[in-house]
Amino acid sequence: MREALDQWTFVVAAYIIGVAGTAAMIGWSWIGMKAAERRRDRSRGK
Amino acid sequence: MHGFANPARFLRIARWLTPLCLLAGVAVTAAALLWGLLKAPPDRLMGDTVRILFIHVPAAWLGMAGWTTLAGASLVELVWRHPLAGIAARAAAVPGAVFTAICLVTGSIWGRPTWGTWWVWDGRLTSMLVLLFLYFGYIALVDATRRDGGGSSRVAAIFGLVGAINVPIINRSVVWWNSLHQPPSITMGKSAIDPAFLWPLLAATIGFSLIFGGVVLARMRAILADIQAEARLRRKAMNDGVTNQAATNQAETSERAGADA
Repeated sequence: MREALDQWTFVVAAYIIGVAGTAAMIGWSWIGMKAAERRRDRSRGK
Repeated sequence: MHGFANPARFLRIARWLTPLCLLAGVAVTAAALLWGLLKAPPDRLMGDTVRILFIHVPAAWLGMAGWTTLAGASLVELVWRHPLAGIAARAAAVPGAVFTAICLVTGSIWGRPTWGTWWVWDGRLTSMLVLLFLYFGYIALVDATRRDGGGSSRVAAIFGLVGAINVPIINRSVVWWNSLHQPPSITMGKSAIDPAFLWPLLAATIGFSLIFGGVVLARMRAILADIQAEARLRRKAMNDGVTNQAATNQAETSERAGADA
């Protein structure tokens, strides 16, 4: 028996994983950079 | 080469280049993915699953480009002792690993309706999985050497260079071994891909590459800021220590002088 696969389910799943993974990486790197630069500026001020 | 080794000069450029790369990358990627999702026609054989390739192919390219960057920067660090090269290698590891993971997951999702299986242990898929493990190993090694008192990054650099052997293996795997994975569709100056798919694919590749560049710059800035903060705090602690020591010595000398009198 042949399985009926809805191709769009696979397309949407791949897009969600790809976009969410990329967005999380951008957010993590940007927030990490800003936090590190704030720490450096605080150490300069002390 | 050493002209670019100045962290102050790097920071001056990175301060405007980081948001520019990220914003341009997000805009180009969003446009390319919408184009691929809504405008590109379904493929004659693959149907709508061809749209997955607009994420999968750039992710595969950036997974390999990430390690190539890491290995190149490691070489520059080992040979020319370029101070920013080691930082660039460390900064490229996480985005490289993320794109390799996205490539593996989206490839698996594409494989199920196209090949009838989520996974096969063939040359291309296995060497790509090995690349992901190499990234994990590199990240763990860098973290361990940093935690052990900021020890030499030479070990990580050598690991980065040795791991580069996997990149040509991934690239040639579909030529050397029988595989479910198709042979290269784009070679030097030639493409077997219809322009209806080729243009959104190229646009997505440019967009994701800009994001990769922006993330590497952001992570380099974070590493540099951490190093600068740590150096300042250490200098301050040493100065405080010297001041305290001098005060103690002076007090002891005065005490002794008082006793002699």
